[in-house]
Amino acid sequence: MKVKLKIWRQENAEAKGSFQTYTFDKVAPEMSFLEMMDAFNTQLITEGKEPVAFDHDCREGICGACSMYINGHPHGPVSGITTCHLSMRHFKDGETITVEPWRAKAFPVIKDLIVDRSAFDQIQIAGGFISMNVGGAPEANSIPVKVKNADEAFDSSVCIGCGACVAACKNASAMLFVSAKVSQFALLPQGRVEAKERVEKMVAKMDDLGFGNCTNTYACEAECPKDISITNIARMNREFFSAKVS
Amino acid sequence: MTKLNSKIPEGPLAQKWSLYKQNAKLVNPANKKKLDIIVVGTGLAGASAASALGELGYNVKNFCYQDSPRRAHSVAAQGGINAAKNYRNDGDSIYRLFYDMIKGGDYRAREANVYRIAEVSNDVIDHFTAMGVPFARDYGGGLDNRSFGGVQVSRTFYAKGQTGQQCLLGTYATLNRQVSKGTVTMYSRREVQDIVIVDGRARGVIVRNLITGEIERHSAHAVVLATGGYGTIYYLSTLAVNSNASAAWKAHKKGAYFANPSFVQIHPTSIPQLNDYQSKLTLMSESLRNDGRIWVPKTKNDKRHPNEIPEEERDYYLERRYPAFGNLVPRDVASRAAKERCDTGYGVGSTGLAVYLDFKDAINKQGKKAIEHKYGNLFELYHIITGIDPYVEPMRIYPAGHYTMGGLWVDYELQTTIPGLFAIGESNFSDHGANRLGASSLMQTSGDGYFILPYTISNYLADQIRIPHIPTDAPEFEEAEKVVKERIEKLLAIKGKQTATSFHKRLGRIMWDYCGMSRNEEGLKKAFGLVKELEQEFWKDLAIPGDEKNINQELEKAGRVADYFELAELMITDALNRKESCGAHFREEYQTPEGEALRNDDEYMYVAAWEYAGKSKEPTLHKEKLEYKFVEVKVRSYK
Repeated sequence: MKVKLKIWRQENAEAKGSFQTYTFDKVAPEMSFLEMMDAFNTQLITEGKEPVAFDHDCREGICGACSMYINGHPHGPVSGITTCHLSMRHFKDGETITVEPWRAKAFPVIKDLIVDRSAFDQIQIAGGFISMNVGGAPEANSIPVKVKNADEAFDSSVCIGCGACVAACKNASAMLFVSAKVSQFALLPQGRVEAKERVEKMVAKMDDLGFGNCTNTYACEAECPKDISITNIARMNREFFSAKVS
Repeated sequence: MTKLNSKIPEGPLAQKWSLYKQNAKLVNPANKKKLDIIVVGTGLAGASAASALGELGYNVKNFCYQDSPRRAHSVAAQGGINAAKNYRNDGDSIYRLFYDMIKGGDYRAREANVYRIAEVSNDVIDHFTAMGVPFARDYGGGLDNRSFGGVQVSRTFYAKGQTGQQCLLGTYATLNRQVSKGTVTMYSRREVQDIVIVDGRARGVIVRNLITGEIERHSAHAVVLATGGYGTIYYLSTLAVNSNASAAWKAHKKGAYFANPSFVQIHPTSIPQLNDYQSKLTLMSESLRNDGRIWVPKTKNDKRHPNEIPEEERDYYLERRYPAFGNLVPRDVASRAAKERCDTGYGVGSTGLAVYLDFKDAINKQGKKAIEHKYGNLFELYHIITGIDPYVEPMRIYPAGHYTMGGLWVDYELQTTIPGLFAIGESNFSDHGANRLGASSLMQTSGDGYFILPYTISNYLADQIRIPHIPTDAPEFEEAEKVVKERIEKLLAIKGKQTATSFHKRLGRIMWDYCGMSRNEEGLKKAFGLVKELEQEFWKDLAIPGDEKNINQELEKAGRVADYFELAELMITDALNRKESCGAHFREEYQTPEGEALRNDDEYMYVAAWEYAGKSKEPTLHKEKLEYKFVEVKVRSYK
């Protein structure tokens, strides 16, 4: 298989980037997208050129490191998966594939396809936790939790923090990411104690960092590799308004 | 010869940890603020230690190579976390968990350490639950459990097939709380290049800022390594592809003994390698063996579709060989049994290197919905990667490099042979002997970080309160930084033709073939020579484009591979030295007529702790004799 790769190249955070087009003919349909990039980089290195820098680590869809915007979609054209699970069998021989970094004011490009997502850490640091000291926890079964609540909290908790929601949104909003964490804790009795302060602090931090507003386009939900539901955003809005009026 | 002192407290097994805590020295809150601790790694071990130490009031600096602490590879652990809660009333207890681990480790782990981890396991579950980790529950609202290999009780807590993710994100949250309070400072995208020793004590690290390329000096009163295992030495493994042993290896070269390096767990149920481009093997959780049955056709080279092979023509070989434990035998036993079937020609799939893991009976009995609820994400993952729907057709699986029981030698206080240098989680050797039981890894990493290290490191730091902040302009820092910079220059100056990854693949192949699931003297000796040759080629023909002043992922890889050559030699040396089979270490020369591991307790009931003697010099072996005072040492049988 042969493809044309149109890739965003940018030397560092300060440099001005641009698209470079390459031809690569050593593509096998059974490769993952990242394995195709590995093979392409090997070719660049052999030619004495600098390989394309990109974030990746677990390569099993759970660490959230990989972050390529492929043909207009975060993590590529197949829904419900991360870039590392995207198979080359979804592309055609001779196809031009455009690969860009996440584009968002709060996620500046550091090099090529690598962006700085530390803004997500900062939102979590602002309040994404339960303030319980080590050693202070009660017996695990002393607080029963309904299966429904536990399951819903789990569904919200599977976010991998990759940032695809932000990259997909025309406003670069982080609402899906923030609401997933707010929801997980809001649904569990252990998280209720600090629910009000948590949502206020996390939302304030999100706004500070330059993420945009939510205008209900649902692009985030459509592109989330973990199928996080936008009902989380509705839940966060409820939590936020009730925090403000209480 | 240095005498290894494991510092195991006196007293009855069940009281050792309490007695230790009663007698351990404390540091008062005002003094804690004046003491600095470096923690390397942000997986469950590192992040739990950093947050627990931050809570106590120490100044903690926490490092990780990833862009965020949340990405450390604990995140990928699937099946669950063990604890001796006995919520199922099925006969579990702290002693039973301890006993299962000692037996599972084939009597090559230290009794006192194992008992202690079993003891704190319940605290770990309480803590995670309080932190909002959404473990699976039953309809009464209590926590649910499932079963794992090598045990006859259900003691595993889980969050679908994403237990590691949930535990790590819970711990990442506790870490963030400390960052918000200013007790922990996070340094991400930093990779440790060396450990700095001042007057015989660990006092700091030299790190490379992976974005700017800058070499930074960081000092502390104590250094904690929580850097995980070295399974990526095989190149293809279930680990994150950037996982590496470099920090632990640098510590070894600075004087920390490395224990049982050849004890590597090959996990039985991974998705088999499908092609040569592959960069990674994806695990299918052991929890699947609760409901899945493993089989191969009874006829060699049977090319029929699995669904067309009738029941009577299937060999459920684990159920046949091990009727008492069946599909839930420990990992080493299951892996070897799969290898045996494939080596003798019964393997399936295009390569013949796979066996079936079949859910047909479970789906018929419990319904598709129940199976989906328990393993939904794993089935989906399998479907995405292979294109095969496991609800309709059995999974194909094969063993893959997964976990390293070996690691830095530590005493009861989790301190290495370098004073002030601690190793926790997978980076140490202490709790799993020659084979780790499933769901014990999350338990050990979080137990070490949250509940054990905070006590033992305080006992060390109590004597350090008069030492002011360690200056980083000391000659030892200067020298360490110089050595680090010189090595980077040397790597960049090679300007050869082959990539670091191509060398890594070749090294991995040698290790997999000769120092993997089974080993023999001839093969190991051959491998030793092959590794040496490959290492020489690496230093002559490595290609790294670009320079050190920017993000340079090829330089990062090259540094890790360079260290792996040296570690590979030590693994082979250790495997050659241990002339017995135990747990995951299977020497073909030492087996029973039925093909089971044959231990030699008279000569090898010890921990092999290796001391670095210099480049290309034979390392010195130190033996820590293992004494079993509380369990009877038996032949390990799952029949």
